[in-house]
Amino acid sequence: MARIEFEDVAHSYLRRPQKEADYAIKTIRNVWDDGGAYALLGPSGCGKTTLLNIISGLLTPTKGRVLYNGIDVTSLPPEKRNIAQVFQFPVLYDTMTVYENLAFPLQNRRMDKKEIHQRVHEVAEILDLTSCLRHKAAGLAADAKQKISLGRGLVRSDVAAILFDEPLTVIDPHLKWHLRRKLKEIHEQLKLTLIYVTHDQMEALTFADKVVIMYEGEIVQTGTPEELFENPEHKFVGYFIGSPGMNFFGCHLDGNVAYVDGVGIKLEAGTADAGQKAQGTLELGIRPKYLEVSPIPVENGLEAIVKNFEDLGSYKIATILLKDKTLYARLPEDVPVARGRAWIVFPPQKIKLYADGRLVK
Amino acid sequence: MNLVLDSITKIVDGETHLNNISLKIESGATNVILGHTLAGKTSLLRLMAGLDRPTAGRILLDGKDVTGLFVRKRSVAMVYQQFVNYPSMNVYNNIASPLKMGGLSAAEIDQKVRKTAAMLHIDNLLERLPAELSGGQQQRTAIARSLVKDAELLLLDEPLVNLDYKLREELQVELQEIFKERKAIVVYTTTEPSEALMLGGNIVVLDEGCVLQTGATPYVYRRPATTRVAQVFSNPPINYLPGVVQGRVARLGQDIDIPMEGHLQSVPEGKYIFGVRPNHLFLTNGSEKNAEIRVKVALAEINGSETFIHVNHGEMHLVVQEDGIHPRHIGSEIAVYVNPCCFFVYDEAGQLLASPFQRE
Repeated sequence: MARIEFEDVAHSYLRRPQKEADYAIKTIRNVWDDGGAYALLGPSGCGKTTLLNIISGLLTPTKGRVLYNGIDVTSLPPEKRNIAQVFQFPVLYDTMTVYENLAFPLQNRRMDKKEIHQRVHEVAEILDLTSCLRHKAAGLAADAKQKISLGRGLVRSDVAAILFDEPLTVIDPHLKWHLRRKLKEIHEQLKLTLIYVTHDQMEALTFADKVVIMYEGEIVQTGTPEELFENPEHKFVGYFIGSPGMNFFGCHLDGNVAYVDGVGIKLEAGTADAGQKAQGTLELGIRPKYLEVSPIPVENGLEAIVKNFEDLGSYKIATILLKDKTLYARLPEDVPVARGRAWIVFPPQKIKLYADGRLVK
Repeated sequence: MNLVLDSITKIVDGETHLNNISLKIESGATNVILGHTLAGKTSLLRLMAGLDRPTAGRILLDGKDVTGLFVRKRSVAMVYQQFVNYPSMNVYNNIASPLKMGGLSAAEIDQKVRKTAAMLHIDNLLERLPAELSGGQQQRTAIARSLVKDAELLLLDEPLVNLDYKLREELQVELQEIFKERKAIVVYTTTEPSEALMLGGNIVVLDEGCVLQTGATPYVYRRPATTRVAQVFSNPPINYLPGVVQGRVARLGQDIDIPMEGHLQSVPEGKYIFGVRPNHLFLTNGSEKNAEIRVKVALAEINGSETFIHVNHGEMHLVVQEDGIHPRHIGSEIAVYVNPCCFFVYDEAGQLLASPFQRE
């Protein structure tokens, strides 16, 4: 298995890139640790597939170097990098049996028949494919086919990493969680380096130990699901992770108080200090889940209007007007809420400040 | 305005797609049709639109029989799952297309197109071709085209299903505002319980071509009349545990005992199906009344704001939904808790006997 390193990698699809906007991938320095399960998550067009193709060798980056275990592989094609790939659509030989499909990569490497037999059975066991080893691949459902594509990567014990490009796109929604579970089990059992590209936050956060959030050709944060939720390092992460996304307001500071449209919101001393030192446009951010809404005046409560609320069964979303600003609060199902006057509490320990979109620390 | 479906049946190649459906659908509130894939939602919309004819039964619009009336003679607009636009026309002409036959002046058309485009935030894209738009912008164009004409019947067939979740979130909020302003009869199909709840209004729960339950959306969510309705109207799926009531205690599965108090009091002795939604199973014990269930983790799915923990208790598979992020290792043994006051009770035929919300 391999530790994969990007040394100032940048990529442009233009022949002569001039300005920063010409780059699909802006300068990235990053390390994917050996044995880690990573997800690359971001909206369409953020550069995540480009990044994956640079890792696999389908693309040679315009700038920078790609290292596998310290060895420069920047100009090596995929077949020389010893990686396995699983794409959106299953890639396999329809006319062969499941066994033959799984054995194929090993036969190409002229492995001994006995060893092949053993290895194929091991992998089939892991993927719950043992019972259909003799079946022709053509007759199988999409999820079984996708497991075979994955199995063709897993049979090779020398594989450096397995790369996935939106592998669950063609799978029925109610079968997805079975495959997510399978992938997770495989990672826990085999400790392979897995890199998984998706635009689906559930898939990314469930699958990965570390989620890499991409936005406009940059990695804006790498973290555990918890870190992304509790401590978004970029406004985009606050918006993209969680539903509804984080509330943001332009603000200015005076001591330990942030002023939003003239309304003062108390901050923790540490947050305020860091904010005072920061450069750029300052914004205050808070997760809808952390806002408290009371129908009667409470300590530190700011007077506001609940304009609307939606009962979503397991929780409610209140749309609140604080002066001219609209904000969303996510409330537990048993918290009563009504339209009209309300008092909103911003718990200071949950408030984040952002300068030019980046978390102030 | 109202649309009445009177004993509608649709049979295609010997297969019953819709089975004896009678419904009255009114303007003034969003009408949601909730059902799994292949429940018959699209078939029903196509009949309402006049794209297909029923095998039996009548369709009445404000009391007037329109059963045989072809779609072009009806005042109807439809939005599909796939982003359907005219590929050779720019956004402006796509939106304007339904107005071209109406005898409006160019100035009136221009005003309507710009107003509708602004409502859907695509007024800066009017010169673009559909191929130059993102998926979200393409669907905004299709929605604008359906709104521009003020049709009497506005039909939306899972319009947001092919958009990524952030776009879906935005459009759900915007569409609600737009529907409020409309006089039309709005019918919106979805497979997603949360989308149905977000839209509110009235709901028709459809399954295998049959109407299972109708009513105000939040009401039906809290009192699903049958086990099947609760399954369709719960995602992640509702947990069912077989139970035997004896004395004033129910034994669920092999070894979970709960007292038959509160709303469960009136349930007589016998065999039942106990249902509890995933958000009413908890990872922490918040009440003395809770029953503890020892389970093994199958997978913790994290969606950003919530975690769905799939667990097994013996043969039983359960899903726990918790707010926030709660990673758990596959195979680890944990306890989950349930409060007896959260159970729905169904008889063996699947009919609702007791709901946690019956007092509301």
